[in-house]
Amino acid sequence: MAAQKGAQTATVSMTVNGKPVTGDIDPRTLLVQFLRENLRLTGTHVGCDTSQCGACVVHVNGKAIKSCTVLALQLEGADVLTIEGLAPPNGPLHPMQEAFRENHGLQCGFCTPGMIMTAVDMVRRKGHDLDDRTIREELEGNICRCTGYHNIVKAIAAGARAMRGSATTSKAAE
Amino acid sequence: MSATGIGAAVRRKEDRRFITGTGHYTDDINRPGQAYAYFVRSPHAHATIKSIDTKAAAAMPGVLAVLTGAELAADKIGNLICGWMIHSKDGSPMKMAAHPALANGKACHVGDPVAVVIGETLAQARDAAEKVKIDYAVLPAVADPAAAQKPGAPQIHDIAPKNTIYQWSLGDAKAVDVAFKSANHVTKLDIINNRLVPNAIEPRAAIGEYDSGAGTFTLWNTTQNPHVARLVIAAFIGMAPEHKLRVIAPDVGGGFGSKIFIYPEEVVALWAAKRVGRPVKWVAERSEAFLADAHGRDHVTHAEMAFDAEGKILGLRAKTIANLGAYMSTFSSSVPTYLYATLLSGQYEIPQIYCEVDAVYTNTVPVDAYRGAGRPEATFVVERLVEVGAREMGQDPAELRRKNFVKKFPHQTPVIMMYDAGDYNASLKRAMELADYKGFARRKRESARQGKLRGIGFSTYIEACGIAPSQAVGSLGAGVGLWESAEVRVNPTGSVEILTGSHAHGQGHETTFAQVAAERLGIPIDNISVVHGDTDKVQFGMGTYGSRSGAVGMSALVKALDKIEAKAKKVAAHMLEAAEGDIEFKDGKFSVAGTDKSAAWGDVALNAYIAHKFSGQELEPGLKEGAFYDPTNFTFPAGCHICEVEVDPETGNADIVGWTAVDDFGVVINPMIVEGQVHGGIAQGIGQALCEGAVYDKDGQLVTGSFMDYCMPRADHLPPLKVDMTVTKCPSNPLGIKGCGEAGAIAAPAAVINAITDAIGTEQLAMPATPQAIWAALQKTNRMPQAA
Repeated sequence: MAAQKGAQTATVSMTVNGKPVTGDIDPRTLLVQFLRENLRLTGTHVGCDTSQCGACVVHVNGKAIKSCTVLALQLEGADVLTIEGLAPPNGPLHPMQEAFRENHGLQCGFCTPGMIMTAVDMVRRKGHDLDDRTIREELEGNICRCTGYHNIVKAIAAGARAMRGSATTSKAAE
Repeated sequence: MSATGIGAAVRRKEDRRFITGTGHYTDDINRPGQAYAYFVRSPHAHATIKSIDTKAAAAMPGVLAVLTGAELAADKIGNLICGWMIHSKDGSPMKMAAHPALANGKACHVGDPVAVVIGETLAQARDAAEKVKIDYAVLPAVADPAAAQKPGAPQIHDIAPKNTIYQWSLGDAKAVDVAFKSANHVTKLDIINNRLVPNAIEPRAAIGEYDSGAGTFTLWNTTQNPHVARLVIAAFIGMAPEHKLRVIAPDVGGGFGSKIFIYPEEVVALWAAKRVGRPVKWVAERSEAFLADAHGRDHVTHAEMAFDAEGKILGLRAKTIANLGAYMSTFSSSVPTYLYATLLSGQYEIPQIYCEVDAVYTNTVPVDAYRGAGRPEATFVVERLVEVGAREMGQDPAELRRKNFVKKFPHQTPVIMMYDAGDYNASLKRAMELADYKGFARRKRESARQGKLRGIGFSTYIEACGIAPSQAVGSLGAGVGLWESAEVRVNPTGSVEILTGSHAHGQGHETTFAQVAAERLGIPIDNISVVHGDTDKVQFGMGTYGSRSGAVGMSALVKALDKIEAKAKKVAAHMLEAAEGDIEFKDGKFSVAGTDKSAAWGDVALNAYIAHKFSGQELEPGLKEGAFYDPTNFTFPAGCHICEVEVDPETGNADIVGWTAVDDFGVVINPMIVEGQVHGGIAQGIGQALCEGAVYDKDGQLVTGSFMDYCMPRADHLPPLKVDMTVTKCPSNPLGIKGCGEAGAIAAPAAVINAITDAIGTEQLAMPATPQAIWAALQKTNRMPQAA
């Protein structure tokens, strides 16, 4: 959200996808609004207003959070990773991204960035051998309306295996 | 089959942008100088608007305008319309009430937009919206469709006495009565088809822009059919002439029907953009979407099926009250009529069918097509009747179905449809094998040993897709034709652009349409791009819904490719100095029959444009062809879904422990994508059966107004799905495609409820079958697991 004319503004600085960023913002600006409107990183989506759908999941200091549920100002000095920072632009995909493509784990694509960011965090916490039940329970905070989750579950299991020993794993999951 | 042609599980071309966060959904687009719209919505289900005071709001910081229905009317912005005329039994036309984009004088449902604030920022618009003072006189409200027609119910629109929009019927009532009189057994059911909220994960959004110099409007919009939106906004709303309005549907994050319709918010975004001289963006909040997106289903039905002594079906009759909400949405009238009653024959030979449908207004969000649209409601009626009939007569439910299947094609049903091809027994047989039907009794005993009640349920569904032959739907009241268009543009370097009037919002058209062209032209799929969703690029199209893009949209593509091949052969004939009739085209190569002379695709494309080898007076340069394809019949996908559940009698929780789907979609272009469509449809069907339901209280407040209250199916609600296919080719279109987008949502609810009722031993169970509902039903049957 852009700062309002004449309204009180505050300055926030953080690292997003490895780059230092600073913004003058309306204090009520949510992290997701800061990412989307100030930084124009529009891969992080807003699908609800009750912290239920998970389309807005990003990593803050290495952990998955819902960026619709935290004020940007609360993240002074934080290290934020969004879907755009998961793999280098025009470079090879992150193994989890590749697994979603390979397993048809997306249809309309709107929930997908949040799903992938959740999945990468899931691997950090639960390891590389994820069974069907674990993945389904761990997806409690992410809603998909297109896929029936069948192929998302397959994709996450495959992506988790592929992340074992991959160079991008440690960076993304740190 | 080539690696990328028809039948190959090609990975999707569109995926890279979605998995890297570089897609372009409407809310990702910002226009220079953009302002923001925030709607003030009625908090009352039914209220007279006595006055609106906008002064305080207009004085708030950053506010550019506060607009109301009075200004909309003064600017002569037309009402929203329903584009399908239904006539009642007595011949009278449906009672379509005025539906202004901003309420004028009266609000008819909670969420009805009453005013809009345009602000420099969204926060400023939202803050100012709180200062709009509206004096309402609250009126009694009605939300329940069965109550809406009763004496004393609040009257919502003067044009529709007893809130009745139409009283329609299909079939021969007298013949059905005769059939029932000769019946050996009659099964009767009262059915509520629960009201659903579509909830595509991308909320609806619109950006309106006006170029005062050119006098042109542009609308970026989350729509499944940009050309239909342009047509309605031009011809009926009167915003701008059609040639001065461009509608762009960029990446759209799911639709499921809810993004077909022309809504107030996009109309207001365009209108406000002209009023304030700035682009105006609106994005729905999810809580707003619950109150503003068309809902689905909401039928109350009494249905009966008559059987003879052997279990052959003699007749079916149904009386349905369909809730259309506070206003008639774009295609609302067609859903409980021609998309519903015409499918009441199911996969069965039923000699006589009669259906009456009353459509009613209530003080609720408008109801329109949601994935399946009418066909899930019909399937639920038929498949529940057959299943319960089998139980009542002591017959095996699979056997009773098989006995009644249509086996000879074409088959004329008593309710308009002419089934063209199918093998219902094949899909039933395959599904029973995959589901290990024979082993069910053993699994039931095993469940019982664990203290669980196990049940199994079938749904052998049929749907009418490939919507639709224009003349046929015209005779039934449709305001539009339902053909589709395609254009193939070959570039001088041989790469190809396909422009289609279909629109993808998750279906993967950029891949599947390219597969069809790659197979036909023998060129790599990467040399083909698919263009859709922009009225300035694609000349016209009818959009994507009703599982029509494969059957109708790709048929148009095939027709255009036929013309491309014919023209390219002429060019090749000149290049190869041969007669046109001697040119053969195969695997991307033009050759002269019986010789070794040939020209590659790319050379022919280049020659078509440089035009050095032929006279431009005899043969037009260039290689670009378009086609319109109008289907000759609906298509009839059908199949068998088998659901197995385990019910915990202590908690009432139903766990789906097995799902088998065997569908016949005709020829499949990309099995990976088709299976994905089946998975998604099943999830929505299971959602309807187990947890989803829009609940209104007696005052017309939507109780389930967020993802906290409305239960969306999550990953742990759903089982892994076993999906397989049988194939009978569709005879009416060139590729033999039937369509796959809605099957799961159509088939699934009946399979789930048939399985749960089998487990718990009572048919008295409404959707959604929540643990509470199942537990309550079990208290009446006292059924306990029997391990013996």
